[in-house]
Amino acid sequence: MFSNLKETVRNKETWTAKNIINFLVNNALFIFMTIAVIYIAIKNPRFLGVSSLVNILSQTAAYLPAALGIAGCIVLTGTDLSAGRIIGLTACISASLLQTVDLTNKMWPKIGTLSIFIVIPFVMIIGAAFGAFNGFFVSKFKLHPFIVTLGTQLIINTILLRYVKMGNNNGAAISGLDKSYTKFIKDSFVNFGDVSIPNYVWIAIVLTIIMWFIWNKTTLGKNMFALGANEEAARVSGVNVMGTTIAVFALAGAFYGISGFIEGARVGSNTVNTGLNYELDAIAACVIGGVSFVGGIGKIRGIIVGVFMLRLIFIGLNMININQDYFYLIKGAIILFACALDMRKYLVKK
Amino acid sequence: MSEKMLLEMKGISKEFPGVKALDNVSFSVRPGTVHALMGENGAGKSTLMKCLFGIYYKDAGTIILDGKEVNFKSSKEALENGVAMVHQELNQALTRSVQDNLWLGRYPKIAGLMVSESEMKKRTKEIFDELNVKVDPKTIMSTMSVSQRQMVEIAKAVSYHSKIIVFDEPTSSLTEVEVEHLFKIINMLKSKGCGIIYISHKMEEILRISDDVTIMRDGTWVATKPAKDLTMDEIIKLMVGRELTNRFPEKINSPGEVILDVKNLSGKYTRLKDATFQLRKGEVLGIAGLDGSGRTEVLENLFGSMTKDGGTITLHGKQIENKNPKDAIKNGFALITEERRATGIFGVLDILNNTVISSLKNYKKFGMLNDKKMKQDTEWSIKAMHIKTPSQNTKIRALSGGNQQKVIIGRWLLTQPEVLLLDEPTRGIDVGAKYEIYQLILDLANQEKGVIMVSSEMPELLGVCDRIIVMSGGRVAGEVDAKTATQEEILTLAAKYV
Repeated sequence: MFSNLKETVRNKETWTAKNIINFLVNNALFIFMTIAVIYIAIKNPRFLGVSSLVNILSQTAAYLPAALGIAGCIVLTGTDLSAGRIIGLTACISASLLQTVDLTNKMWPKIGTLSIFIVIPFVMIIGAAFGAFNGFFVSKFKLHPFIVTLGTQLIINTILLRYVKMGNNNGAAISGLDKSYTKFIKDSFVNFGDVSIPNYVWIAIVLTIIMWFIWNKTTLGKNMFALGANEEAARVSGVNVMGTTIAVFALAGAFYGISGFIEGARVGSNTVNTGLNYELDAIAACVIGGVSFVGGIGKIRGIIVGVFMLRLIFIGLNMININQDYFYLIKGAIILFACALDMRKYLVKK
Repeated sequence: MSEKMLLEMKGISKEFPGVKALDNVSFSVRPGTVHALMGENGAGKSTLMKCLFGIYYKDAGTIILDGKEVNFKSSKEALENGVAMVHQELNQALTRSVQDNLWLGRYPKIAGLMVSESEMKKRTKEIFDELNVKVDPKTIMSTMSVSQRQMVEIAKAVSYHSKIIVFDEPTSSLTEVEVEHLFKIINMLKSKGCGIIYISHKMEEILRISDDVTIMRDGTWVATKPAKDLTMDEIIKLMVGRELTNRFPEKINSPGEVILDVKNLSGKYTRLKDATFQLRKGEVLGIAGLDGSGRTEVLENLFGSMTKDGGTITLHGKQIENKNPKDAIKNGFALITEERRATGIFGVLDILNNTVISSLKNYKKFGMLNDKKMKQDTEWSIKAMHIKTPSQNTKIRALSGGNQQKVIIGRWLLTQPEVLLLDEPTRGIDVGAKYEIYQLILDLANQEKGVIMVSSEMPELLGVCDRIIVMSGGRVAGEVDAKTATQEEILTLAAKYV
């Protein structure tokens, strides 16, 4: 996306009508978004106010970990439909383990209040285990990830439905969370004047850096891209195909686990609907950001841009009182538009 | 041969469901030599190599590498123990860079965790310098030509510092200059004491580069002889199992009046520029040239699968526009594409569906397809093309390359074409079947069709065509008479605009 911009600038002397059109088409998504932002800001000046910007930033941070996880699966020419349910399950587990001690209908009254530093690794392991399970079925039985994760999505849904009926809970929303938990996620350890940025934004930034490092600097990342680009080439070059696939899915699962942990406190009152359909937003963000379903193509910065754009538009539309019914139409149109533009880059003209 | 062997494969057998792919095959390589492995397609050469390389597991037999018995369970194990392979199909991660591909599966690391880009670049440079390959390690694979990618693949195999290197059809996409370059690399490896296994269909190459030749047929060992004691005819005889008196059938066609007149044909997105030529009724017109010289582009622009940028096509005195393949078919053109597996066959569909796919409108009756007529026409195609298949319902991917090609020729004949465009019609087809394809081409010309045939094998063009136009750098460099021309003449023309 940005590279096109750079190239055009470098070839400044060759500004022809064709180049200008190419430039406009290649950056059409940004141009479109800029126009949208300007329009919304004129209609409602508060849109570009500090609190609104912090809101956009926080929401981007909340949706980012799941998208970072799913992006790896897409790079492997796959997808992960179980993400939302894993987030829901880990959110409910996190919340249930971190309810305040004096709550009357505490789900697990026998355990006191656990340390969040026990719960975080615990839900990461749960997420990673489901992810590894997905990866195992994909690589061992050569099933398409769409099918495998559709299966696990349904299976985890039942696990979640049963889980919220366990202990003292009986299907009620899991709330009354311990201060240590909500503070860790929602409080702000740095304040810029009266602007407070919630801690989960910093968590998302750390997760992004970790994922960037894995993608670009480690063997796992390089093998993942090679596998997505050409599985047979990776195999005959001695790459452990099964191990890499399982690792990528498990890593994604661990990220959903953290995402669930954040959602648990962010939502505050957790039901079986927590995290529902999150995978669709995450997949949409990835494809908007140029993580291609062709496989082997994608950049971390693209994912950030994708998540950010979706949030920007939704918050903006909310602020100018567009009927919610139209949100799906707009989201759908953005996905089609973004992918058609993206595909243009890989088409070889004959 | 009392000399110590670098690699000994003894009594290797391998069975796939229903097929005995290898039956008690033995094969050895002396250090510092090139051992060529020959045989028709399906003779078991690649299967034997895949058993060595750990892609397939052998059912019986022993493999002794450097005095030790080995039994690789994966490619990784084979590579670690000094066996590398240049695969027939280019197996590369196209969206990644050259150096990412080169070190795939063994990235140099910092602190066991981080991949060291600088180290990778340094080592890539070293290997490219040693082999005199001029490619920037950071280039993305998909932006390079097929022959450059092939050289990277060769450099990769060399970079493992292996004792045994298998080259499976390494020259199929290389230009003459690059083939010479490859032979230099092979000689260098030989002098280092490596054992080279060389698989190729090109006899001239085999006789030039190899020390020993082993010939296989139908999954069995036929002969192993020093290359200097063999002639081309002997090799063919051993491969086919019978005497092939002529590599080319007798020419029976006689060209008539001009049916197709092409003027200044240029490609919009390709380098094809101002191609002008004529085709006569009942003529086989050859198109020669190096890879990337615009041979394929001539056919695809005529057929409308590439966008043309100016130029006129006149058929029977009437100017026509082939905007897309659909128009071209309506105007009586047929194109048999270069990449049979990718753009020719529908692998999972049966012979019948593969045969009628281009002429479905002939079978429509009240909006439904007439099964009986489709079966009749498929039967005609099987008979007329001499296709060896158990039934019409056999999936096409189960047939040999030669028979697949015949199905595709049959498919196009059902569209009643006047001009047949053939792009590498015998690529990857074994010697016996090639003869049959040549016969079909000449039969078509004899039935007053016009045939344009692109090929990178010059003997084939000289043996089958009437006239040959030579492409160079996207332009027509000249035209020669196939009866009198020599390979040298064609090569000189092919280098005209390079």
